[in-house]
Amino acid sequence: MTVKDAPGGYTDFHPRWYRRPMPVFWWVRRRSYLAFVARELSSVFVAWFVAFLLLLIRAVGQGEAAYQRYLDWAANPFIIAVNVVALGFVVFHAITWFNLAPQAMVVRMRGQRVPPSMIAGGNYLAWLVASAIVIWIVLA
Amino acid sequence: MADTYPDVTADTGTDLDTGTITMRVTRYRPEDGELEPTTQDYQIPLRKDWAVLDGLNHIKDHIDATLSYRWSCRMGICGSCGMLVNGEPKLTCEAFLTDYAPGPVRVEPLANFPVIRDLVVEIGSFMRKLPQVKPWIIDEAPPPAGEHRQTPAQVAEYQQYSMCINCMLCYSACPIVGLDEHFLGPAAIALAQRYNLDSRDQGVLDRLEVLSTDEGIWGCTFVGECTTACPKHVDPAGAIQRYKLSAATESLKAFVLPKSRRARATNGPAPAKEGDTP
Repeated sequence: MTVKDAPGGYTDFHPRWYRRPMPVFWWVRRRSYLAFVARELSSVFVAWFVAFLLLLIRAVGQGEAAYQRYLDWAANPFIIAVNVVALGFVVFHAITWFNLAPQAMVVRMRGQRVPPSMIAGGNYLAWLVASAIVIWIVLA
Repeated sequence: MADTYPDVTADTGTDLDTGTITMRVTRYRPEDGELEPTTQDYQIPLRKDWAVLDGLNHIKDHIDATLSYRWSCRMGICGSCGMLVNGEPKLTCEAFLTDYAPGPVRVEPLANFPVIRDLVVEIGSFMRKLPQVKPWIIDEAPPPAGEHRQTPAQVAEYQQYSMCINCMLCYSACPIVGLDEHFLGPAAIALAQRYNLDSRDQGVLDRLEVLSTDEGIWGCTFVGECTTACPKHVDPAGAIQRYKLSAATESLKAFVLPKSRRARATNGPAPAKEGDTP
């Protein structure tokens, strides 16, 4: 049977395949996909915090008046709202990546593989120490 | 036939029966002129010891012989019976109907592959990707007389990645495979890593050319669903991220080290294989 004669263009050797299109909103269909897309998006907020800190450093470098202007700008409710959202995403970013770290890293000590919980735990510990240092500097 | 063999797909009326369940099965019959898939409901006995595959076999044997699907071993090793069960990629021989009660249980063909008929998908894309990563031991040196011995530690280094049964559940779970048909995909990269981590293999650099590309490891964005879907705990996502780390180290070495040392660094055996004697 040729392709032309067959109903629907189907023959034994040339079946007509059905290709399911990938829906535009594929990432809302599954919790894990949504978490993944949110994690990817969180890097935008990481970049925002970097920019925010660079602006702070520039303002400090330009003198007291510029620093005061920066503080006034940062106290603007819109900027505070942006920073609160950004903080949420950055925390999400840190936690999800810390939890994934053991999958990507194989660490050996004395020929033994370090268990995954220790690798993730090490990341959290480093985070805690860094946060403690920052708090100490701010409060001192 | 029932006189000769016990009919395991029949409703036997034992205490294993716990009522009935509806299976909502995707049908696609292009030979009948169908342009897209439809679903068909089948009422089947719900037995405690039946997996989704047993339900499909019951349908095939007793209700509708026109249903097409792939299966072979019924025991989670042949890798043929992968389908979407309630939207999740599963080996249907390992997905028990009672876990989906009261139903209906949706059974669909694997995602990210073209459908040939009903639950049968076309796997040519995977079969073409697989040999590209050279999943065999590459060693220029003549083979040793007798066995090529490995320590338990050397075997443990790659054994997890050698458990792959090519069931393609990871390809179905991976959105990158769906978005980019050229992406090599989780199983192929994990299999490449299986050979890279084998102490008998010297093919790391041969594979690096294919794998350290946008269609290889760098196409992966670490969604991690391949690892969740894998019925053999291969952890393809972990394999790919580990590969990224060693590929990045290799290119950094090539960039930083002087030419004389670079040659040694890149022509030597794979970096840091467990149990290698220095």
